[in-house]
Amino acid sequence: MNGYLSAIFDPSLPFVRNALLAGLLSAVLFGTLGAVVTVKRIAGLAGAISHAVLGGIGMALYLSAKDIIPGLPPIVGALVFAVLAAAIIGFVSLKAKQREDTVINALWAIGMSVGVLFIAKTPGYADPMSYLFGNILLVSTRDLVLLAILDTVVVFLAWRYYPQIEASAFDEEFARVRGVPTDAVFIATLAVTAVAVVLLQTFVGIVMVIAMLTLPSGTAGYAAKNLAAMMIGGTVLAAVFTVGGLAASWALDMPAGAVVVVIAGSAFLSVSAFAAFRSRNRKNGKKSRNNPGQATAVGVLPGVEKQA
Amino acid sequence: MDETKLTTMSVAIRFEHVSFSYGELRVLDKAHFHIHAGEFAALVGPNGSGKTTVLKLLLGLARPTDGHITVLGRSPEEARNSIGYVPQHASYDPAFPISVIEVVRMGRLRTSVRRYTATDDQAVQNALAMADVADLADRPYPALSGGQRRRVLVARALAAEPELLVLDEPTANMDAESETRLFETLGQLKGKATILIVTHDTGFVTALTDSVFCVGERGTGRSVIRHQATLAAHVASEQYGGPALQVLHDTELPDDACRGCIKDSI
Repeated sequence: MNGYLSAIFDPSLPFVRNALLAGLLSAVLFGTLGAVVTVKRIAGLAGAISHAVLGGIGMALYLSAKDIIPGLPPIVGALVFAVLAAAIIGFVSLKAKQREDTVINALWAIGMSVGVLFIAKTPGYADPMSYLFGNILLVSTRDLVLLAILDTVVVFLAWRYYPQIEASAFDEEFARVRGVPTDAVFIATLAVTAVAVVLLQTFVGIVMVIAMLTLPSGTAGYAAKNLAAMMIGGTVLAAVFTVGGLAASWALDMPAGAVVVVIAGSAFLSVSAFAAFRSRNRKNGKKSRNNPGQATAVGVLPGVEKQA
Repeated sequence: MDETKLTTMSVAIRFEHVSFSYGELRVLDKAHFHIHAGEFAALVGPNGSGKTTVLKLLLGLARPTDGHITVLGRSPEEARNSIGYVPQHASYDPAFPISVIEVVRMGRLRTSVRRYTATDDQAVQNALAMADVADLADRPYPALSGGQRRRVLVARALAAEPELLVLDEPTANMDAESETRLFETLGQLKGKATILIVTHDTGFVTALTDSVFCVGERGTGRSVIRHQATLAAHVASEQYGGPALQVLHDTELPDDACRGCIKDSI
């Protein structure tokens, strides 16, 4: 930990500070957007978008390397594919619900396959692993600015339309009866998720974005009294997991993204197990109070019970 | 009878030759009926008969393929803020962190307004008291029993201070105590708001009911038919909030055979 602290303040290691800032800025998105993704139960949709992004990255790398579009940055290809995937998913979810599952899985698989094919045909060496699992040490100042802008937009939208977002997630039909444009809320959520996935994949990678969008807010959900508390709790937890993960990865010389997700996943599983254990104890306690005779009869021999 | 007066003042719901189809499937065929303001009406029909379609049209969640609907003298979309709606299957996620008062406050939700006013808070408190769930206000909604959750949804509908209250299968999954409390609440509301209960129980309805409509086959398609109902002294249970009325399915009353129309024409 001391080594990590020294590295943060070492002027010759700006990428360590960038990584920390990226982690903290990402935590806001993981917490705020993650809470909405979790309660709306659209983690599968976000997963499909995040995996389709590899197709865009591969295409951009190929077009750039072949000088078809010189200097095309991978993030632009990622953004195009993410928005396209979100548009297709949004259309199918709203207009052809019965096909939703198939289309989501198809986008998931096709996006990744197209990405792998483009990368395979790209001259020179491109490592798909760095896109799948991210490399936080490559975060640039431009990435930080973009993350800060997206944080501001997401926090503003969550604050401004909180009652409509909460109602749409809790009971969509009722929200529609009250005049809330629930389809627009859904499409906006998908669009923001698509853009966030593109920026966040730089940090934790395509595969792990979806884990970080669900694990911190899911963990916070066990203690939160409402959606706002889940957003704030998710943000705090995501920040703790991220900083802890960065410090651990620095100390253990391991990939930062994977370490962050392992910490977040362990915390979620531990809290889930504790909650399940506590809930079971409470149920048993209620049963004993409702049937006190049954509890005493446990220790009584069957024959003796019959006689009594 | 003064048709203008009926449309603008005393009629809460008016379906005029309304048809609706899901693709090729005709669900409603020229449904023509009305419910007066202040009436307690029941819409009955077996599962799959088209009750939900009537509700969706009424709430502006679907548009008729033919005909015209007026709710409280306006289009269903314009009347939304004056309608309190208790859905049958409210999406219920046990992991959703939300308190009872937050659920009830949704009854005051507006299209894009962020803040709730003092008037909204007062309406929420009144609704909690009317639905007899004030003591549950701060409890997590997922921790409630099925009956308590349905009473909270009734409170959410009442929070809108509705001119029209629509309840879809209100006693589904309710325990006897919650059923009794619900009908007490509805009894207090009767006359102050128009109440429409939708139920798949085609045999009997609560004795609070003024008029009974049935969604059923009529000629080549489905329509909404007004039936007579008579007191069924032998049937009395919490499910109907006390005495019940038996629906006489072999009767078919003309659309203007209701008490409201007879009173207006005198």
